[in-house]
Amino acid sequence: MSAAMDESAVIPHSHAVVPADISGEMLDLEDDDDLEVFSKTTSQAGGSPVLSSMPNSPGSMVNQYQLEEEGGGVNTRDMFITVDNPESHVTAIETFIVYRVLTRTTRGDFDSSEYEVRRRYQDFLWLKGTLEEAHPTLIIHPLPEKFVMKGMVERFNEDFIETRRRALQHFLSKTAEHPLLSHSQQLKVFLTEQELTAHKKQGPSFLSRMGETVRAVANSVRGLKSRPEEFVAMQEYADDFSNKMASLDKITQRIIKEQKEYLDELRQYGPIYTQWADLETELSEPLRGVAGCVDNCGRETEEQIRHLAEVLEPSLHQYVLCADTLKTVLRRRDNIQAEFEAKNDALTSWSSSKKVDHETSSRTMEPPPGSMRTCETRKHKNSREELKEEAACLEESVKNANRALRGDWSRWEGSMKTDLKSALVSTADKNVEYYEKVTDL
Amino acid sequence: MMADSGSEEVAVLDNTDLTSTESENNAINTMVERETALLRKIDISVAESEKRTGKNTVNMHETYTVYLIETRPADAGAEGGQPVGDSPWRRYSEFELLRTFLLVTYPYVVIPPLPEKRAEFVWHKLSADNLDPDFVERRRMGLENFLMRIASHSVLSNDKIFYQFLTEEKGWRESVLETGFQDKADSRLKSLSAMFRVKNPDKCFTDLKQYSDELNNAISHLLRVRVKVADRMYGVYKVHGNYGRVFSEWSAIEKEMGDGLQSAGHHMDTHSASVDDILEEEEHYADQLKEYLFYTDALRSVCRKHELMQYELEMAVLDLANKKQQREELTTGAVRVFSLKGMSSKLFGQESPEQRESRLAALQLSIQASEEGVLEKNRECREFMRMSWEDVKRFKEQKDRELREALISYAIMQMSVCKKGIQVWSNAKECFNKM
Repeated sequence: MSAAMDESAVIPHSHAVVPADISGEMLDLEDDDDLEVFSKTTSQAGGSPVLSSMPNSPGSMVNQYQLEEEGGGVNTRDMFITVDNPESHVTAIETFIVYRVLTRTTRGDFDSSEYEVRRRYQDFLWLKGTLEEAHPTLIIHPLPEKFVMKGMVERFNEDFIETRRRALQHFLSKTAEHPLLSHSQQLKVFLTEQELTAHKKQGPSFLSRMGETVRAVANSVRGLKSRPEEFVAMQEYADDFSNKMASLDKITQRIIKEQKEYLDELRQYGPIYTQWADLETELSEPLRGVAGCVDNCGRETEEQIRHLAEVLEPSLHQYVLCADTLKTVLRRRDNIQAEFEAKNDALTSWSSSKKVDHETSSRTMEPPPGSMRTCETRKHKNSREELKEEAACLEESVKNANRALRGDWSRWEGSMKTDLKSALVSTADKNVEYYEKVTDL
Repeated sequence: MMADSGSEEVAVLDNTDLTSTESENNAINTMVERETALLRKIDISVAESEKRTGKNTVNMHETYTVYLIETRPADAGAEGGQPVGDSPWRRYSEFELLRTFLLVTYPYVVIPPLPEKRAEFVWHKLSADNLDPDFVERRRMGLENFLMRIASHSVLSNDKIFYQFLTEEKGWRESVLETGFQDKADSRLKSLSAMFRVKNPDKCFTDLKQYSDELNNAISHLLRVRVKVADRMYGVYKVHGNYGRVFSEWSAIEKEMGDGLQSAGHHMDTHSASVDDILEEEEHYADQLKEYLFYTDALRSVCRKHELMQYELEMAVLDLANKKQQREELTTGAVRVFSLKGMSSKLFGQESPEQRESRLAALQLSIQASEEGVLEKNRECREFMRMSWEDVKRFKEQKDRELREALISYAIMQMSVCKKGIQVWSNAKECFNKM
């Protein structure tokens, strides 16, 4: 559950964002075609409730409530997904692990309330790829890494599979919670269709991905004219956050290692007291007492290690990956803006007068979108008309991208806070428990 | 400064917040249950230590530490009165000399051990350097403990040389050497051969020897592993300090989470720093165990002495039996076994009756002397066994009592470590919740 939802007054912020941003992008969702675009970003924590900034079109208000209903109210989730039951699947060419993905939902747009499919890691990769393609500037929860280099972890090692399974489940849960992504067609397909191969062919092709990369490089070479202040701040934050998460992850791993070595020594320590007790008469009792305590310590330390490895460390690791996602998303946004600027430059060099200041207007928050299209009235040549159209489109993209990112960012922040907070709190709890148990002896 | 050596009460450890010096003082007090005449008169303390340089026996410069021995009248109250005697400064080798003297002079007593000459069983942050101030301090306490143990022993406390050690600045070394104790010392070779050749050592002593070997193994093993455990624990605590640093840095870039993170970071720092005190307290526990480790050597000494005496007795008995047999041969003229005498008499003719008579007479005298010798040795042996067994009993009671308390203190200490841990993490949890 995102923290943003808990803090909302009347309307869940995140749900309100749904109709706003997808109109330009998600053409495949049937409900949203007639929604108007809301101009204010609504999900900054502490921002005013959505209602006060909505243009009061009846249509939009109706849709607001419609979505609310769909969402099942303020605090309930309408989709529960679990990933479990990893099984080895052997073919002639390769062996891989297949997971069972179980979905329970009350959503209207799903035909049934329960779905069970089997998916492998590559399927998850595909899903993520399509989501990214469709929403380049939304923050999508990361997948577990393809291959872990640390230690000699093989793909079929039990701990590795378990860690991966948890991370995959987390990925789906987070995606299902995301107001935009959870309505993605690809997600629905992923969760409901038995066979994915047909759909996979519709996904982003290798060539198109190549194209995107080439354009990205070209854009970065050209450089941005200027990046809006807020995104500069986000970039800095993303970099710092990435460092901090990586540090914390390393520290936690180190603690786990040290604890394991401590445990090894403890295991040797206890029996010595028992051996000594065998030599003694009067002292036998206290010696055995100490031996018992040391053994207990060992057991509790084991618990502690398990918790660190299964709760805290994976959380931190996820957010290391998240930080990378943040940076990627920021980069994509920059690219979109760069593309727009390139087109805009081309356009400006054509028109000599009556140049609408596309650049400045694209950076403000509240222009009614339609006005863009009506600004340029001079028509010189067909190609310029086309160019203008393209420019306008791109501008639209930039704006939408910015808005999406902005909105998503705060939502993500809240979510991150909750996740890490709970991981740290439970670690603290665990430690307290450890000490309490040891004291009880 | 010794606390209550005037009291005969056993201190009770029911206060869990005792500092380590207080609990050590308590431990010493409990050992001074039976008041010796000496302790009724004076309080002993090893008050200070100083570094000196000088030339040693091979004429090279060396730096060593000396310790001040102060004795004050027992009834002088809190300020203490005038010191009794000179308050001499003694170095470690003089303590060793004293101990060796006592070992030779009172072989039936389990002589208290000295603190270790060189630092062993040290965990990695503690220095193993003999001149390190912490080591010197712990050694100072160990030496004081040593003197107190002697002073509270019913037999040892009456020894003149010991008293002189406490009170005379000059000439102590000469006095010791004058006693000629070094001549009385049993040679190593003698002891060793006795150990291998003795036929009938008393079962109690063989059991005791085995026990002291096993105890020695157990304690040294324990100390070794304890050091490793301490090292590891240190590692775990210190890495948590990194959390403190990173939380602090992270809090700088966060808005709402900042305060919570910052405070949590402080708690992590506190937690990490607490391990130094914890491990220092554990050193005290280790020192108590070490003392009993070294005590096993003293036990073994007593056993060896018994073996030696028993062996000598057996030799004397054997010798007596040989002589008696010779007498028999002479009187009956029967040669039971092949002997040179028999051969030579066959070869050179029987000796004259007069010769035989005189030899017989000499042999008879010898036998008498031997018989008396055997009786004497027997008596000595029994006396030794009686006295030493009494002291061993005393030692065992002391050991059981003191180690039990040491273990309890150790447990109490661990509990306070846990309480601190609970506090730190509860605080951290609160901070996290506020994020």
